[in-house]
Amino acid sequence: MTGPASPQPLLEIRHATRIIDGEVPTTLVREVDLAILPGEFVSVTGPSGSGKSSLLYLLGLLDLPTVGEVLVAGEPTSGLDEDARAKIRLTHLGFVFQFHFLLPEFTALANVMLPMRALGKLDEDEQRARAMAILDQLGIAAHALKRPGQLSGGQRQRVAIARALANDPMVVLADEPTGNLDTASSEQVLQILRRLTDEQGRAIVFVTHDLSLAARADRQVRIVDGRIADGGPSRVDG
Amino acid sequence: MRLILDIAWTHISSRVRQTLVGLLGVAMGVGFSIMMAALMEGSQRDFVSELVDSLPHIKVSDERRSAPPQPAEVAYRALEVVGLSTPVIRPGIKNPYAIVSMLEAWIDGTVAPSVETRAIIRYAGRDTAASVIGIDPVREPKVSKLATQIREGTLADLHKASNAIILGDKLAAKIGARTGNSITLVAATGDLMTATVVALFHSGVAQADETQAYVLMKTAQILAGQIGLVNSIRVRADDIMGARDLATRIEAATGYKSVSWQEANEDLLSAFEIRNFIMFTVVGAILLVASFGTYNIISTITHEKTRDIAILKSLGFQERQVRRIFLLESLIIGVAGTLVGWALGYALCLALGSIEFKSPFMDVNRLPIYYTPKHYLLSASVALSASGIAGFLPARKAAQVQPVEIIRGAS
Ligand SMILES: Nc1ncnc2c1ncn2[C@@H]1O[C@H](COP(=O)(O)OP(=O)(O)OP(=O)(O)O)[C@@H](O)[C@H]1O
Ligand SMILES: [Mg+2]
Repeated sequence: MTGPASPQPLLEIRHATRIIDGEVPTTLVREVDLAILPGEFVSVTGPSGSGKSSLLYLLGLLDLPTVGEVLVAGEPTSGLDEDARAKIRLTHLGFVFQFHFLLPEFTALANVMLPMRALGKLDEDEQRARAMAILDQLGIAAHALKRPGQLSGGQRQRVAIARALANDPMVVLADEPTGNLDTASSEQVLQILRRLTDEQGRAIVFVTHDLSLAARADRQVRIVDGRIADGGPSRVDG
Repeated sequence: MRLILDIAWTHISSRVRQTLVGLLGVAMGVGFSIMMAALMEGSQRDFVSELVDSLPHIKVSDERRSAPPQPAEVAYRALEVVGLSTPVIRPGIKNPYAIVSMLEAWIDGTVAPSVETRAIIRYAGRDTAASVIGIDPVREPKVSKLATQIREGTLADLHKASNAIILGDKLAAKIGARTGNSITLVAATGDLMTATVVALFHSGVAQADETQAYVLMKTAQILAGQIGLVNSIRVRADDIMGARDLATRIEAATGYKSVSWQEANEDLLSAFEIRNFIMFTVVGAILLVASFGTYNIISTITHEKTRDIAILKSLGFQERQVRRIFLLESLIIGVAGTLVGWALGYALCLALGSIEFKSPFMDVNRLPIYYTPKHYLLSASVALSASGIAGFLPARKAAQVQPVEIIRGAS
């Protein structure tokens, strides 16, 4: 236990191991401990196939650890059913995937509004206004009514980030958000992510292969062969 | 819910051709089902109403359901008498007019007595057996359609000659007699009677037109050799479908065998039931086949949209919400198909109903089409349930997609 001044982690993963059954069982993540604190800007690096994405899926409640526990705001999640986990994803977590994963038939604006509509907290006008505000913040308000197919890779990635922010999540998990962007666009995206932590106190965890980008995080987590080699837990109890 | 509808709509509206094919499948299923049901029920109703019109709703006859108890049976309870020979002469209904006025006072409907006997009609040297029915020309129109079936002359012409007779038109044609001709009737007793043909009738039922003749009651009584005989009382009930119950009550009150039209045509009515069963089976099968199209479309969409489903679920959509999307899609196809099918079915009914053709067996020269909202609602409910099932199966599968597996696979 650290001192009482230490804040409650937003996301916490304890002694988690994820093994995929198959003809040859594969261990994606081994005995990982990690805690994400409010306002933290965390980078995750590691060789290809080391388990970075797998770790992010566990943190994002998209996947379940075979052994271990994931806590959201101090609450264990292993006992929750699929619907309850979906609800947490919707309200508290934002995901940006390496490939943008937008709905192709919907405009950028509609894609950003999607999680808001699913949550149903705001009325339609408020949703639209908020989505436009986020798009504006990311510098793509002008493209709000275009469909993903009419946008460049960097624009799509920013729409995906906007969508991840839709319900004002406490943590945004981004898997190689700059993966297929040029240096300038990568720089832009990184600045956007950085600003999101600074301004709103939410935490960002992003996976990247670019060590110079990773170096600009508050904390650098390095994963090798499914284990955290460096930059480990901020605080893990139990 | 609006969101789910929006997503469902983008899926099907971006697949216009596939959606139209599925929609048309449902529409044709619904349309043909309605047409078939209208035709089947139309012909059945047509047939039943002809049947009901041509026969009395209830016929009280001078028979009894079981042999009357014999004096020996009454005296000795252990005794049973079987194999009694039936009397040659029909006993007739006792106190027929008392029964007629009792029934008139009691039931909702009309009542008429008649005398049924048989005779041989002799004309131009040829003999033809006929059943001769003695009627009261005033009461008769209240219980049967005979008055409207008269082709030449009128029912009242029975009073115009002594021993006037009305022949079925086919019977007249068979013996070669026309109105105004004198024919000879040979009674069962062998007595001869000269009668004048005053009118012809055509009921449309070949059996009746070929073998029946109508005379006044007293003429029939003379033919039967029993003065004052009344051996059947016919009842036309206001409530046609209630005839069966009414017949039971009349039988209980009079002791005479009372046969409703339903009982008289039990075989036919049960044949209709089988026919209806076959119809519903075929209709169900048509709609089931139609729903395969829907199943195919929804499965295709769920396959093509696996990635989108993974996105939605990773964003926090719940399984049932994803399921609803695809269920809704199949219901949209089902509802639209049903509406188009209704229009198609109605159009088919109108088209079929307007075709004229000649049948050697019946007078009907148009197909009897029966229009009822029931057929439309029934086909809609079957089509929608089938669409629901057709959508549910792929929808359930789609909803179970594990987003992480799709996302892992894509990156
Ligand atoms: N469905 C699967 N079945 C078996 N093994 C898998 C499966 N998915 C991933 N793996 C393996 O798990 C390990 C970790 O994969 P993961 O995607 O987490 O790596 P990563 O660090 O994100 O790699 P990259 O930098 O290439 O994205 C890899 O060795 C991979 O081969
Ligand atoms: Mg990865």
